[in-house]
Amino acid sequence: MTSPSTIPVLDLGGLLLVSIQGELPDESAIALQEDVTAAVANTGSRGLIIDISTLDVVDSFLARVLAEVAASSRLLAARTVLVGMRPSVAITLVELGLTLPGMDTARTVTEAAASFGVTIEQADRTGRGTP
Amino acid sequence: MSQAEREPIRVPIRKDTDLTAVRQHVRALAQRTGFGLVQQTKLVTAASELARNTLLHGGGGAAEISVVHGSTGPGLSVSFVDSGPGIPDVELALSDGYSTAGGLGMGLSGSKRLVQEFAIESVPDGGTRVTVISWADPYSARQGLR
Ligand SMILES: Nc1ncnc2c1ncn2[C@@H]1O[C@H](COP(=O)(O)OP(=O)(O)OP(=O)(O)O)[C@@H](O)[C@H]1O
Ligand SMILES: [Mg+2]
Repeated sequence: MTSPSTIPVLDLGGLLLVSIQGELPDESAIALQEDVTAAVANTGSRGLIIDISTLDVVDSFLARVLAEVAASSRLLAARTVLVGMRPSVAITLVELGLTLPGMDTARTVTEAAASFGVTIEQADRTGRGTP
Repeated sequence: MSQAEREPIRVPIRKDTDLTAVRQHVRALAQRTGFGLVQQTKLVTAASELARNTLLHGGGGAAEISVVHGSTGPGLSVSFVDSGPGIPDVELALSDGYSTAGGLGMGLSGSKRLVQEFAIESVPDGGTRVTVISWADPYSARQGLR
């Protein structure tokens, strides 16, 4: 059994928001997968927003963890939206051959929430919300 | 450039937290060598893939990072060395989707696309050395011809 991840899972009016911060050792990534899936089940959320705007690298291991979180959430009837991928990370993932086909994407947390019909009042943390 | 920078930096790869150290060292040196953000990200990602292979398939080893100079200017050479089982069929291992470990099988083939030079030396039961080179500005020569 893995130790719990230190990454908070926030409940955002029926949506779950996970903001991955900085360097993520493999073990924490696996713990994250377990925590997030449990949170989806426990809260009955229909949506999961994963914010990766602080990540400066996503390798195939983390990409796979993200894809598996999305796949298991989908089986629990929640849709996953990946938010805030940096352009350099997007270019690298495509060249690596990983396009994360099963995942929806959005520019900002606000935009992702809107796709679930949830309105977030303040500009989101990434500072890239509509002015 | 100082003498210290010409010596390869050796980062052990023994446990999964060492992968973080490899990524950090490669990124720091790439920044100091003048890599742009995309070039940097590609090399760090390739290093992460290859270091994980060293750990998982090679039973651990080390990364050796050094600054090199080529016709387009400076670059980084990173070698991933282990004394594990080796790769019996390198060409097969390099095909997209091939994995003996239930992985995605994109690590080796994908890394190769992310760097400018890529070489595998592997002896059955004698270990594996994967060396990649990425140039800080791989297009500078081409731009010069315009
Ligand atoms: N250092 C190594 N020592 C021995 N075998 C290796 C080594 N690196 C790669 N291989 C072999 O090459 C195969 C392909 O490697 P690759 O990184 O592409 O895929 P993977 O590690 O199996 O999966 P992924 O990286 O997508 O999670 C591995 O499954 C393994 O058999
Ligand atoms: Mg691999």
